[in-house]
Amino acid sequence: MANATPQAAPSKPSLWNDPQKRGILIQVLVLAAIFAFFGFIFYNTLSNYAQRGISTGFGFLNNTAGFGISQTLIPYQESDNYWQVFKVGLLNTLLVAGLGIVTATILGFIVGVARLSKNWLLSTSAAVYIETFRNIPVLLQIVFLYALLLKILPSAKESYSFAEAVFVNKRGFYVPEPIPQAGFDWTIWAFVLAVALVIVLRWIARKVQEKTGQQWPMFWIGVALIIGAPLVTYFMTGRPLEWSLPVLKGFNFQGGIRVIPELVVLWIALSVYTAAFIAEIVRSGIQSVSHGQTEAANALGLRHNQTLKLVVIPQAMRVIIPQLTSQYLNLTKNTSLATAIAYPDLVAVFAGTTLNQSGQAIEIIFMTMMFYLSVSLLISLFMNWYNNKMALVER
Amino acid sequence: MAIITEKALPSLPPPAHTVGFKAWAKQNLFATPTNSVITVLMVLFILWALIPVVQWAFIDADWAGTKRTDCTSGGACWAFTLVRFNQFIYGFYPEAEQWRVNVAALILAVGLGLLMYKKTPAKAYIGLFMVIIYPVIAFILLRGGFFDLPVVETSKWGGLTLTLVLSIVGIVASLPLGILLALGRRSELPIIRSLCIAFIELWRGVPLITVLFMASVMLPLFLPEGTSFDKLLRALIGITLFEAAYLAEVVRSGLQAIPKGQYEAGKALGLSYWQSTGLVILPQALKLVIPGIVNTFISLFKDTSLVMIIGLFDLLNIVQIAAADPIWLGSQVEGFVFAAIVYWMFCFGMSRYSQYLERQLNTGHKR
Repeated sequence: MANATPQAAPSKPSLWNDPQKRGILIQVLVLAAIFAFFGFIFYNTLSNYAQRGISTGFGFLNNTAGFGISQTLIPYQESDNYWQVFKVGLLNTLLVAGLGIVTATILGFIVGVARLSKNWLLSTSAAVYIETFRNIPVLLQIVFLYALLLKILPSAKESYSFAEAVFVNKRGFYVPEPIPQAGFDWTIWAFVLAVALVIVLRWIARKVQEKTGQQWPMFWIGVALIIGAPLVTYFMTGRPLEWSLPVLKGFNFQGGIRVIPELVVLWIALSVYTAAFIAEIVRSGIQSVSHGQTEAANALGLRHNQTLKLVVIPQAMRVIIPQLTSQYLNLTKNTSLATAIAYPDLVAVFAGTTLNQSGQAIEIIFMTMMFYLSVSLLISLFMNWYNNKMALVER
Repeated sequence: MAIITEKALPSLPPPAHTVGFKAWAKQNLFATPTNSVITVLMVLFILWALIPVVQWAFIDADWAGTKRTDCTSGGACWAFTLVRFNQFIYGFYPEAEQWRVNVAALILAVGLGLLMYKKTPAKAYIGLFMVIIYPVIAFILLRGGFFDLPVVETSKWGGLTLTLVLSIVGIVASLPLGILLALGRRSELPIIRSLCIAFIELWRGVPLITVLFMASVMLPLFLPEGTSFDKLLRALIGITLFEAAYLAEVVRSGLQAIPKGQYEAGKALGLSYWQSTGLVILPQALKLVIPGIVNTFISLFKDTSLVMIIGLFDLLNIVQIAAADPIWLGSQVEGFVFAAIVYWMFCFGMSRYSQYLERQLNTGHKR
């Protein structure tokens, strides 16, 4: 290198051969193409709207809806506007999603554990359940169950009745409705207080365990408090709750709560379908905990249920939770299939009836998609938070 | 004194309580008291659930007839599915032209069979043929209009044929888009990356049904006035965009599994981005995610039943329409059972294949 002559600085690479500049160029081009694409769509949409005499914007939400909805969780009548329709549909969607998530989780865990049972009959039945329901489209399951239910359920006059309080017929499932009387507030407050107390106790129990190694039977204390406290208050305040029983009057039932068959069908079908997936997740989660862990727990002298509770389940949950999240999201998105059996969910009443009546396609589809998107994001945020709480703390 | 046997004694049979059905039952059904109780309860439950089903589906079933009233025994009316079988498979496709569907299906079956068989030579060429040339052949066969084949409008397509067309076109069209999105999501260019993330998360966050609604209602609004196009094509566009987002995540998981050394080796050899991606990374990554792609295909196959809601006559919808025929009124359940069996056979077969592939690709990680 002694006789190296100073060379001329390397010539600047052309625009295309400089990775940085090329990157910027490509991105600008892509962005321009996308803007042009959206501009094109926007222009076409505006002119199409003008052609059909539809005004843009969300003003239509104030127009009168003029159609009835078979299940409303909030007061609704035909003279209400589309905004109210949106809220009714949204709550109906959330109702069936919430119910479905709870039952699918319970059923899925039961089937998943049954799949691992040493009892051949039980584990084979669980496998048959999983393989059957996982491999049939959920929409088919929904319409099938609906057709079946309408075929086998009796008419209102010949309802199945259970203890003269619950009636089942083609029009729906009638159950007694609790009507709180004056003084029922105390029971609610007792419940809230019990929950708060359990949270505090749990925290104390954890501190005690960290300090002394003593474990409190927190599960049973919690159950006793949360169920016992409201119950005691309820009886002490003189049972301030009355039940309105459904009674057959003429051709129809009056009083009580009517659960429409569509809700029942959707609830059962979504739970059964999603539970098949959850069962597989639970099985793989439990199997992912290595044998060494259970053997170590046995060597430490832990009993069988202690091994499960303290060693296997916490580790399995780390595998289970992320996959469980996506199943919850799927279930929530699948509630939109309600429209096939005319359960009045958001897609059926808003993206269906309202869209047909008003023609505001863009606004309505946009609102519907945004709703599902935000629910998806909320569920994944919550589950991510829970997952982080459960995740392995690397030291 | 020594006792020496010249020959080894014949080995004794295993103890009676460890062989045969009895021992198996003892071990697997009645190992503990709890287990015995579970077994008895399960047997009772299965009998309770199965007897009415068997009674309905076989003992009381009617197999012959041309209308619902011919079914008199009170059980299942399989005559309905037998009479309408042709329609369930081909939809409203004219009977004289149905051989074209059969030929297309035959080529598909042979091609897939060759691809699945381990020892087939020149698999890559067969694969390319199936992905690039076969769709053209299938389109010409199904739609017609070339070589004196009469045109069959897409509105006449239906039944299982349409379900297969939707899912196969969906997966073939969404794969390249999905790969591009996955590469974009891992790109170093911030704008490209955020655009891809936004696209993927948007489609994954909404139900397919809203996407289909969008494709059928909004797509015509997006285009210049007067351009109208096929309903089937609109559904396919919706399905492709939706499925591409899911495939992108599958492909991304494969890209992430490729060790960094492979990327670096590509760079060290002086390969450009597209060269190293196409020659080094993607072949390895795609091979890793074949089971994932098959799984996506299964869910796509099931999801195609949703096109019923925008009025296409796929297998599920054609069953519903057939059951609404006045002479077959009340045969919905039988039709749905038939559709369920068809869907189940396809999905179960594919899921078994994907599990087999996973075992083939996943060697040496067993516990």
